[in-house]
Parts: sequence; C-alpha cells; structure tokens
Amino acid sequence: MNALELSRIQFATTTLFHFIFVPLILGLSVLVAIMETKYVRTGDRIYLRMTRFWGELFLINFALGVVTGLFLEFQFGTNWANFSRFAGDIFGTPLAIESLATFFLESSFIGVWVLGWNKVSQRVHLFSAWMLVLGANLSALWILLANSWMQHPVGEVIKAGKVRMVDFVAFFTNLYGWLKFFHTMFAGFTVAAFFVTGISAYHLLKHREREFFLRSFKMAAVFGLISSFMVFLVGDEHAYDVAQTQPSKIAAMESVWDTRQPADYYLLTIPYPGHNRNLVQTLAIPRGLSILATHSLSGKVTGLNSIPADQRPPVTPVYLSFRLMVALGTLFILLGLMAVYLMRKPDLHRRRWFLWTMLAALPLPYVACELGWTVSELGRQPWIVYGLYRTAAGVSKNVSTAEALVSLLGLGLVYLGVTITDIYLLTKFAKKGPPRELAQIIDLDEFRST
Amino acid sequence: MALATVLFAMWGFLWAGYFALDGFDFGVGMLFLLLGKSEAKRKVLINSIGPVWNGNEVWLIAAGSVTFAAFPAAYAGIFSSFYLLVALLIATIIFRGLAFDFRSKGERRWTRTWDAAFAVGSIIPAFLFGVIFGNIFRGLDMGPGGFSGSFLSLLNPYALLSGVLFLALFAYHGSAWLSLKTGGDLNRRAADAADVSLTFLVLSGAIFIVYTVFGTHMFDNYVNHPGWWTVPVLLIASLAASRYFLMKRYSAAAFLASGFAVVMTVFFAVVGLYPNLLPSNRSSTFSITISSAAASGYALWLMLGVLVIFMPLVIGYQLWVYGVFKSPLLEEVVMKDEDAY
Ligand code: HDD
Ligand code: HEM
Ligand code: HEM
Repeated sequence: MNALELSRIQFATTTLFHFIFVPLILGLSVLVAIMETKYVRTGDRIYLRMTRFWGELFLINFALGVVTGLFLEFQFGTNWANFSRFAGDIFGTPLAIESLATFFLESSFIGVWVLGWNKVSQRVHLFSAWMLVLGANLSALWILLANSWMQHPVGEVIKAGKVRMVDFVAFFTNLYGWLKFFHTMFAGFTVAAFFVTGISAYHLLKHREREFFLRSFKMAAVFGLISSFMVFLVGDEHAYDVAQTQPSKIAAMESVWDTRQPADYYLLTIPYPGHNRNLVQTLAIPRGLSILATHSLSGKVTGLNSIPADQRPPVTPVYLSFRLMVALGTLFILLGLMAVYLMRKPDLHRRRWFLWTMLAALPLPYVACELGWTVSELGRQPWIVYGLYRTAAGVSKNVSTAEALVSLLGLGLVYLGVTITDIYLLTKFAKKGPPRELAQIIDLDEFRST
Repeated sequence: MALATVLFAMWGFLWAGYFALDGFDFGVGMLFLLLGKSEAKRKVLINSIGPVWNGNEVWLIAAGSVTFAAFPAAYAGIFSSFYLLVALLIATIIFRGLAFDFRSKGERRWTRTWDAAFAVGSIIPAFLFGVIFGNIFRGLDMGPGGFSGSFLSLLNPYALLSGVLFLALFAYHGSAWLSLKTGGDLNRRAADAADVSLTFLVLSGAIFIVYTVFGTHMFDNYVNHPGWWTVPVLLIASLAASRYFLMKRYSAAAFLASGFAVVMTVFFAVVGLYPNLLPSNRSSTFSITISSAAASGYALWLMLGVLVIFMPLVIGYQLWVYGVFKSPLLEEVVMKDEDAY
C-alpha cells in the first residue's frame, strides 16, 4: 500500500466515524429544544425531565461529534495538500465560514446550556437550546456546500492549473448542495427520531416510567414519520440531480452498463464489473429508470460502457450501498406510519412485538447514513473534484507511506477506542432512565424565585 | 498585495486569540493533577473552564480554516510538513475534549482515568504547538518539492525549547485564570504556581531569545523597522504588570495582562515572520510567503468581509458567556451542582 491508498482509507475512516455522531446532533438538538420549549410554554414538569434525560444523551454524543471533527478540519492539509493547493481558493471559504459563523455559535452556547441552568433565565436558557440547533444545522449546510462543490463544481474557473473563485453566489446556490443539505438534515432527524423511539420502546418493554416514555415516543414518532418521508422526497430529487450532474455516479448507483433510451428499472441486479455487464438483471419496471433519472418516460441514461474505464467508480459497493439505503428509507416510512398509527391506541405499551421492532430499528438509520456517504464519496471516484481533478493527484507528496501508516493506525485506534467508550456511556445512561425524583433536577422555577 | 497583508494580520490575530484563550485552558489542564489534590478541588479546576473551553478551542479551527481560505498553499504546506506532529496533537487533544463530559459519569477509577487524560490532553498539545511554531520561526528544510526533511529533524533543540516555552507561558496564563476563578487554599496554590511558571517562563524565554537571535531570521524585521520593537516591549511590560497585579491581588487585571502578553507573544512572532508564512531555511525562493500563498483577490475580499461581519459577533457573545460564568467557583457549591463536570 502506498501513501495515497492509506490516505484514502484514513479519510474514509475518520469521516465515517465523525458521521456516526453528527446525525444525532442534527436531530436530537431539535427534539430537545422542542421539549424545552414545551416546558417553558406549559410549565409541565415532565417536559423538564424529558429535556434533562434526552439532553444528557445528546451531550454524551455531542462530545464525540466535536472531537472526531477536529482532525477532519486539518486533514485536507495533512493528507490532501495538492488538492488544497488546487482547490483552496473556493473550497477553503465555506470551511472558514463554517467555523466563524456556526462552530463558534454552537460551542459558545453549549456551555450556557449545560452549566447555565441556574445562571441564566429560563428564556435565555431556551434561547441557547435553539442556538445549538441553529449552529449544528448551519454547520452542516456549509460543510455540505463545500462537499457539493467537489461533487459538482460551480462558480470557479481554472487559471494556471488552479481553481479560482469567480462567483460565490453560484457556489452558494448550488442546487446539488441544497439537496444534499436537506437530505442530510432530514436523515439526521430520522436518526434522532429512531433513537428516541428505540430507547423509549426499551423502557416501555421494561414497564418503566410509562408516562414519560409514551410522551417521548409519540413526539419522536411524529417527528420521525415526517423526517423519513422528507428524506425520501428529497432523496429522489437528489438522485435526479446526480443524474444530471454526474453521469458516471448514477450509472454506478444503478449498475447500468449499456446506454439505454428509454431505460427500465430492474428490481434485482447483480453487477459483474469484471465483464462490464450485469450477471443478472430481472424484475423490470418498464421505463422506471428513465423516470427516476430524467423525470421523463423516454429519457436517456448513459451506461458505464460509454464512460472511459479510467473514469468509472467502483460499481458494486456503490450500487449495493444505494439499493440498501433506499430499501432502508422505505422501511423507515413504513415503521413511522405504524408507530403513528399504533401510538394512538391506548395499549401501545402492551404491543411488545412492535416495541421490540422499534428497539431493533434504532441502529438502522445510522447504517443508512453511512451507506449514503459511501454512495456519494465512492461514487465520485476517481475524481476528488468531479471532472476536474483526480484523487490520486490530490494527495500530499511529502507524506511518506510510513507516516501515513502510523497516523492511520494511531488515529484509527483512538477513534475506535473513544467511539466504543461513547457507545458504552450512551447505553449505560439510556438504560438508567430519567432521574426518578423530581427534586433531583434543578428546577427552573426554584432558582427564579431566589 | 495590501489586501493579502491585511489577511496576514487577521491570520496572526486568530492565532493570538486562540493561544490567549485556549492557552489558559491548557494551563489549567497542566496544573490539574498538581493542584487538584481532592475531588472538590479537581471539580473547581475543570469546571472553571467548563463553560468556555469549547468556544476557545474553535479559535483553533477558525485559525486553521482561515489559513485554508486565505492562504491555501500555506495551509497545505504547513499541515503536510508537520504531518505526524499534527496527527499526534489532535489525537491527544481529543482526550481533553472528552474528559469534561466523561469524568463524572463513572466510578472512582473511571474518573481518575479521565483526569489523567485531561492532563495529558492539555500538556502534549501545548508542547506540540510550541514545537510546530518553533520550527516555523526557524524555517523548514524546504526545496522545490516542499518540505524534504525527516520527521526527526522537526524535533530539533530550538523547536523543543520553544515547546517548553509554550508550556511555561500557558502554565502562567492558566495560573492567572485560576487566581481569578478560585478561592481559599486553591487560590493560594494557584499564586504559587504562577510564581514557579513565571520563573520557568523567564528562564526559557531568555535562552529562547538568544537562540532566536543567532539561529533564526526572526529579528531581521525588527532591525530594519525599529518601530516594531513596541511589540516585544509591550510583551515584557504586560508580563511584569500581570505579576504586579497578582501580587496586589487584582486578579482580573492580572489575567487580562497575562492574556495580553500571550497576544503580544504571537504578534512578536508574526511581525518577525512577515512576509513569510512558512520560511525555508534553504533559500528564501522556497519559502511560502504572503504573495506566493495568497488566494485570489475575490476570495480574499470575501474572507475579509466574513471576518469583519462575524468576528465582532463572536467576540460579543463569547464575552457574554464569560460574563454569565464570571463568579469564582467554590468547592462546596461545585460539589453540590449536579450539572458540574
Ligand atoms: C437516514 C438516512 C438516509 C436514508 C433513509 C436515505 N438516505 Fe440518501 N443519503 C443519506 C442518508 C439517507 C446521507 C448519509 O445523508 C447522504 C450521504 C450524502 C448525502 O447527501 O446524504 C445520502 C446520499 C444519497 C445520495 C447520493 C447523493 C450524492 O451523490 O452525493 C442519493 C442519490 C440519495 N441519498 C438518495 C436517497 C433516496 C432516493 C432515498 C430513499 C429513501 C434515501 N437516499 C434514503
Ligand atoms: C461526514 C460524512 C462523510 C463521509 C462519511 C465521507 C466518506 C468518505 C469516504 C468513504 C471517502 C473515501 C473515498 C475513496 O477514496 O474511495 C472520502 C473521501 C474524501 N472525502 Fe468524504 N465523506 C464525508 C464528508 C465529506 C465532506 C463534507 C467533505 C468535504 C468538505 C469530504 C471530502 C472528502 C475528501 C477530500 C476525500 C479524499 C479524496 C477522495 O478519496 O476522494 N467528505 N470521504
Ligand atoms: C469531512 C468534512 C468535515 C469536516 C472537516 C468537519 C469538521 C468538524 C469539526 C472541526 C468539528 C468540531 C467543531 C467544534 O469543535 O465545535 C465538527 C463537528 C461537527 N460537524 Fe463536522 N466536519 C465534517 C463533516 C461533517 C458533515 C458532513 C456534517 C453534517 C452533515 C458535519 C456536522 C458537524 C456537526 C453538527 C458538528 C458538531 C457540532 C459543532 O461543534 O458544531 N460535519 N466537524
């Protein structure tokens, strides 16, 4: 293995780890802020306890989101120095805006939210919660706009072998980027919703704190249904946009070898990349792919065989990841519908099979997210900036194989170790449930009168 | 060119802000095991920076990403040259970040482990920042293909000395913070720690300056433009002032003065470096300079606009957060606070 391959593995590892924690931050911040808002509005203490309990889990997860993100910020320089030189003129700006406009917001208000329960007024505390929501989701926007520029570069010209930013508005209004943002945001909401329904189901199965977890379950189920539906809707549009902007990616996502017009959609396909065709393709939906990729009944879909072999992404993992993500997305909508239907019945807590299902479903949205990134990033290969610059050219030339190996192993172990620790803590505190005695919780009303 | 120089100054400002803020966090982390002889004391120490450390750390991300946006070639050159040092720095700083939220979430042994992680995650990054910046001051072995030295060449005596200097500076700055945020016994110990670290700072600083005069080009700009001597003069004056304020128990003034001293330390370096961001000690043609690294005018104007809009906002709400948590921490109170780390 050379430094290039090791750097690729390292980037994949570190970002995949980062993205275990990010989606829950995006979604759970919203749920917790809603809980706190309800408490402030109604004064009903159960919402305070909910804010406290789910907030604790939010924080355990948040810590990992922050620390796993740090190295990523420098990794473009450490491992992809040539890419950074090539693209920095336009690619650095969104990263800088992200830190100045959103990371600062988030990291400053988190202190007030965690330690300020009896230092600031109820309203200011609630305000901090919403600032966390804003910080988290806007930071996602900026990093995703940066990423989207790599997938579908706009707003630049090439001068003297380097990118030059000429149109920031075009960069900012990259449709591809906004689709990516909304898709990822709702994916994060879905992760959070299934996180809350899963843990609530666990406690309902154990007959603990029924009122508390029923309310949490209902709130998250509605949130999850809406979110998973939006993920689907935006995802469909996103796939359409990919087809317009990145023909080699969509061909790999659907494992299309021969250019077809109109193109059918095959429910079952087994790619056979060695022979530039599919081993099996059957169960056709006539013109299905034309509709999906071009929004017309007779649209043309370019096959991989029309793309030079050295410009094709690895087909099998991209194809499988995409199929599985879409299957999971469909499943989430079904589960969401069932959850919203069953939660209206008085005996939800007795439908054990369903509660078990919701508990078992907890990790699935995480899987869908990791699959989605595999589609997106692996499907972009062999380009680091689609159509403009190859991944192989972007690597740092003065980093040796030995150095890349040491950092990969070192950071890999650290990331793995802290992730396991975090999951252990999350499990421990999720199982423990909310503090029983209300008196144990610092009460906003109490300190207001003092 | 003038525009790029303004961004170079902003670049210096962000690093100065980072070290003036996260510097005292590092200092508290270094002193944590030494001063934290009981659980109550440890709680006071770590919670004194609890609400603000994350916001301070983001100055690092801001400094890094603004380097990327304004001087892409410098971002690429610096971070790839210091490859393993950066990886180690981040790998250890991770543990500091986790220690806050994690330490009080388990039994005694668990807490002890995270306490050690907190100390290590403060000491090693602080030292490595010194090593990295020492190498930048000294210049790297850079030829036409960029950095061509070995990893071990980065651990030269000057860089290691610079690492020690950073440790002493942050330990002092951290003690000044603690003298502001603690009471009773801990406060007295913090004052002692300030004395010891100031001694180290003065000693290592003196050797460092002699070494810098003979081993680097950092003083060229000062010789050519004597007006800039105000920066080192202010640096020494603010250190002396902070020592005086500590003695008089004007803790807030002492802390502000030591923070100002950190800012002046960075400015001192930035003025010395100008117009380089990463000098080559082989030949100045291979140095990464403001003009060779700067992004296009379009990107620089945009970056400047973003900085001008957001920095005042950031500074505003960060000051507000400091204000919310301005009162000193007392052992009895922290022990009873269920939210405390
Ligand atoms: C809960 C998680 C989740 C679920 C259920 C889905 N996705 Fe997704 N998907 C993601 C989470 C995700 C993601 C991790 O957030 C990605 C990675 C990059 C991105 O934009 O979002 C992604 C990427 C991604 C891409 C790649 C875009 C690119 O080139 O970058 C497409 C085309 C879709 N998705 C489409 C869909 C469709 C049609 C779905 C149908 C239900 C779907 N996704 C469900
Ligand atoms: C957090 C979610 C993300 C995940 C899980 C992810 C995943 C991956 C993976 C799997 C690769 C390796 C692809 C390969 O080399 O075959 C990769 C590469 C890369 N990604 Fe991402 N990515 C994420 C977000 C981003 C973002 C937001 C950016 C840019 C702002 C980005 C920039 C890059 C770069 C520069 C590479 C290295 C070059 C390359 O291999 O193409 N990634 N990522
Ligand atoms: C590969 C590209 C990425 C880089 C360089 C990166 C960088 C970072 C950094 C440095 C942090 C720590 C911030 C802090 O200390 O407060 C962080 C946290 C975070 N990142 Fe990432 N990240 C990447 C991918 C993503 C993606 C794809 C998303 C969302 C879709 C995302 C969303 C977040 C969020 C929500 C946080 C935590 C909260 C915060 O502190 O703002 N990141 N990231």
